[in-house]
Order: sequence, then C-alpha cells, then structure tokens
Amino acid sequence: MKSAQTIANDVRDGSSSAVAELQRSLARIAERNDELNVFLYVDVEGATAAASAIDERRSRGEDVGPLAGVPIALKDNLCQIGIPTTCSSKILEGWRPPYSATIVDRLIAAGAVPVGKTNLDEFAMGSSTENSAFGPTRNPLDPSRVPGGSSGGSAAAVAADMTSISIGSDTGGSIRQPAALCGLVGMKPTYGLVSRYGLIAFSSSLDQIGPFAKTVGDAALLLEVIAGHDPLDATSLPEPAPSLVAHVNDGMAGKRVGLVRELYEGADESVVASVRAAAEALREAGCEIVELSIPELRLGLSAYYLIAPAEASSNLARYDGVRFGRRVDGEDVTAMMEATRTAGFGAEVKRRIMLGTYALSAGYYDAYYGQALKVRTLTIQAFARAYAQVDLLLGATTPGVAFKFGEKSNDPMAMYLNDVFTIPTNLAGDPAVSVPFGRGEENLPIGVQLLGPPRSEAQLFAAARVLEIADGRA
Amino acid sequence: MSSPLQREDVARVARLARLTLTEAELDLFTSQLGQVLEHANDMSALNLDDVEPTAHPFGLINVFRRDVVRPSLDRDVLLSQAPDAESGRFAVPRILGEAP
Repeated sequence: MKSAQTIANDVRDGSSSAVAELQRSLARIAERNDELNVFLYVDVEGATAAASAIDERRSRGEDVGPLAGVPIALKDNLCQIGIPTTCSSKILEGWRPPYSATIVDRLIAAGAVPVGKTNLDEFAMGSSTENSAFGPTRNPLDPSRVPGGSSGGSAAAVAADMTSISIGSDTGGSIRQPAALCGLVGMKPTYGLVSRYGLIAFSSSLDQIGPFAKTVGDAALLLEVIAGHDPLDATSLPEPAPSLVAHVNDGMAGKRVGLVRELYEGADESVVASVRAAAEALREAGCEIVELSIPELRLGLSAYYLIAPAEASSNLARYDGVRFGRRVDGEDVTAMMEATRTAGFGAEVKRRIMLGTYALSAGYYDAYYGQALKVRTLTIQAFARAYAQVDLLLGATTPGVAFKFGEKSNDPMAMYLNDVFTIPTNLAGDPAVSVPFGRGEENLPIGVQLLGPPRSEAQLFAAARVLEIADGRA
Repeated sequence: MSSPLQREDVARVARLARLTLTEAELDLFTSQLGQVLEHANDMSALNLDDVEPTAHPFGLINVFRRDVVRPSLDRDVLLSQAPDAESGRFAVPRILGEAP
C-alpha cells in the first residue's frame, strides 16, 4: 500500500490519478469488508465523483491540495452531508446528516476523497468494537482478535490497506488503543486543536478527533490538514494550526524523556520490554531518559469512568425519538421516549447512561462526580510538574496485544482496565501518540505511547519518527 | 462484598434516564455498576477538600461572534429526518393527560 504522501505526490504530478487510487481502495474494500466488517457504508458514487473532479481540476493545472486523491475512511460518528451516519447505534439508523463536520470539509478542500464510514463501539463507548449494533470489526492482522476500539473500524481500514489514512475520535484512548492493536500510528491531539463541529458528542470535555496512519509522516500530514481554529466549535483553540510535517525529522537530540512507572506497570511482559526498548532507542538518539513516578495517574481510571458517563448521560438525552433517528411509539410522549431509548440503545450505552445519571443524581453528586473533578485537577497538576522536568513522557499504550473476541466483553470492568494508560492524557487535555514498537505474543504488534504538554504535537511526531526508524520501519 | 448500589437505586436511575430495564437487566446492572463504583473508592477515600474541581481541561470562556444574519439549515431538510412532522413542526404523541 502506498503512503498518503506518495499517493498525493503521484496524483499531483500525474503519474497516477485520483480515480485510479480510489479504484484500488474500493477493490480492497470489496475483497475484505465482508470478512472484517470495517465499513458500515461505502459511498462509491460520491467518492467517484469527487475523484473525477480532482483529476479534472488537475488537468486544468489547478493545485489539488496536500491530500490530492487520497482515499480516506471516516469513523461513523462524524457527519458528512447526506451520508448515513449511525454511531453504530440502532437509534440513529437511517439518519442522514443535513451538514458536514468542519474536518470533513477541510479534508475535501485538501483533496482527500472520503470513501465511507467505519464501524465503532456504539457512540464510541468501548475498547473492542464488540459494542457495535452492526456487529464487531475483526482485526485484519488476526481476524480472531478485536481491532481495539472505539475507533476499531478506522484502524482496521488502514491495517487492511483499504485506505492509507483514516479519522478516529479519542475520548479515553479510542484512537491510540486501536492503533496499538492494529500496528498503526494514532494520535490524540491537544484538546481544542481539531474542531469537533459535526462530531457526535460522547463526553464533551474529553472527546478529540485525530489521525490514523501507517507512518508518522502520514499521521502528521493528516493532522496538519484537519487542525486549526473553527468559529463553529466554542472549544476550538484560537491559535493558528502548528506546522507538523516540516518537523517530523527534527530528531530528539538533547531532549529529556520521562519513563513513567504508572504508564507501564502491570502490563504484559512483552509490552514492558517494548517500552524499555523504546526508551533505549530514544537514548541512542540523544535523549536523556529520566525514570519517573506519577502516582496520581493511578486515579485516572476511576475519575474517567464517572466523568465520561456523566457527560454522556447528558449528551445522549437528545435521543428521544423527536427530532431525528428512530422512534418507537408509546401512548404518550414520555412512554414514546422511554420505548425509543430502550429499543435504540445497546447494553453498554445503557450502562454508561445509568452510571452517569447516578453519579450526577441528588445525594451522590459530591461523592462521585464532584470527587472525580477534583482528581482531574490532581492529574493536570501532576502532568504539569512532570513537564517542568522533562520534554515528553513515555509509557505503554495498552496492557497487552489485541485480545480475542469475548475475552473481556462480559466483564465491563476488565474492558475498562484496558484504557488505564491512555485515560490520563484525556483528563488533562494533553496530546499523546501511539507508535508501533516491537512485537508480542503471536507476533502481534505492540504500541508504545509518547505523551506531551499542550500543543507539543510536532515534538511527539519527531519522537515517534525516531522510534519508527529504530523499529526498522523507516 | 456488599454493593454500594441497591437494586432500587438502579430502578430509580433507569426511570430518570428514561430506560425500561428487564428484571434480569436490573440484577446485572446492579452488580456491574456496583463494581465500577467500588473501583471509585480509591478516589472517595481521599481528602480533597482543598482541591478545586476541573470541569474542562483549559477552562471555558464565552465565545462571541458578530451579530450578523447568516444562512441556517433548511427547515424542510431537518424535518425530513424527523420520525414525524406536521405543518412545519416536529410531531409527538399526546403530552398532556385527560382532565381529571
């Protein structure tokens, strides 16, 4: 599979065409989608028209953009006008958004060709895509295993060479975890760097959109295209988007990297070995490695599993059978709403709505939600103290390699523990990237995680690039 | 181990969240939600009286735009996505009960 950078170059210089690149992508989807269940919807007609338009504009000598003719997959919680958008939930089945997310418009303006919408855990709640109402996605590297989640479909699209790049969203690790399990680069950017206008909300103080790619260079290019201020998102950072691609090969000489005990302790032996090997590779590239302990990070999981459900219980109140999506009739409006929600939501979504409603309810607010917000403050302060000593932090992305279907799906707490290393950055609003480094059982990929202070994406990509080279994937 | 959550709590929360749970779901959720709340005991055991809560990573400030008219989404397009619409409005079943 060609990288996105190569596809765009080839389309721009005429050695390939957007239509040819799209056909290659569609052929690959046709070949493997039945087996892997990656795409919930493939927009053959729209994508073909978009690709033809790019080729036509190029033939007239126009600049067709940094992602010229690059097929791209979108997680199905992103709105694209007129294209079915389900969030992998029955409650939105048949809904076609009347507008597009800002990042979809930006991708199209940059020449990218959206080919379709990918599977996810319902409303992005999960770590395996087993919570999708439309069946799980299979890991292209071993179809008996999960691709991770919640952005499992977007990760699998790239891992199966259906597209070279894709878009996911990350609330507690939903980009980095599937990236690790599918052997990809995946980044959760700084909160506010990428507009969320048109992203269906799960937990608004945590959700962030980010890229999947096979290479660090492609991930940087994709993030550069989608980042930047958007007046339609009140949480969007006002500063101009950072330059990323130009800094990918900056190296790490003279930087200090903290190896954080709480971000790998308890992981499988092979994962710990990969994290240690990554630290060694960074040392060889000229970094000083500092062993750190940040005990506050241990509290992250508890805080997250109260804050995210609390916000979700509020965000998902809008699915009431009135304005969009599915309705199940009832004798009065309350009965209709209750019947609609009961039939429309799956078990995990109900569990989180219940948990959040409880955490926010009278008598429990201070003990649960209130306490979680204070732990969030502790997390932010602890990270800030660490970044006063070092430039970046290093740890594991996940406790183990891709797990088998059913292994954790009957035990919510076991599934939640899979997010233990990724959650703290979401609480802090900081960026973090997962990059493949080493292999574990059955030769499955392992992801190591690099974390940085707000707006340190360029440095994170530079560090990830050092590891990509050291891992022999130059 | 005793759960911090009782079956009646779960039934009450389901009503608040507008969800109907079966008897089996009530039992399952009581145990599963109890596990999550038990895990949260590591937090509730801490004395955080002097710590300010954080609801949002970078603090939210009001964002204003200029008060100018701009196009909005088409009403008929929006209503076409609703389960039921009538005379340019969303339509729902009866809201008020019969007079006593």
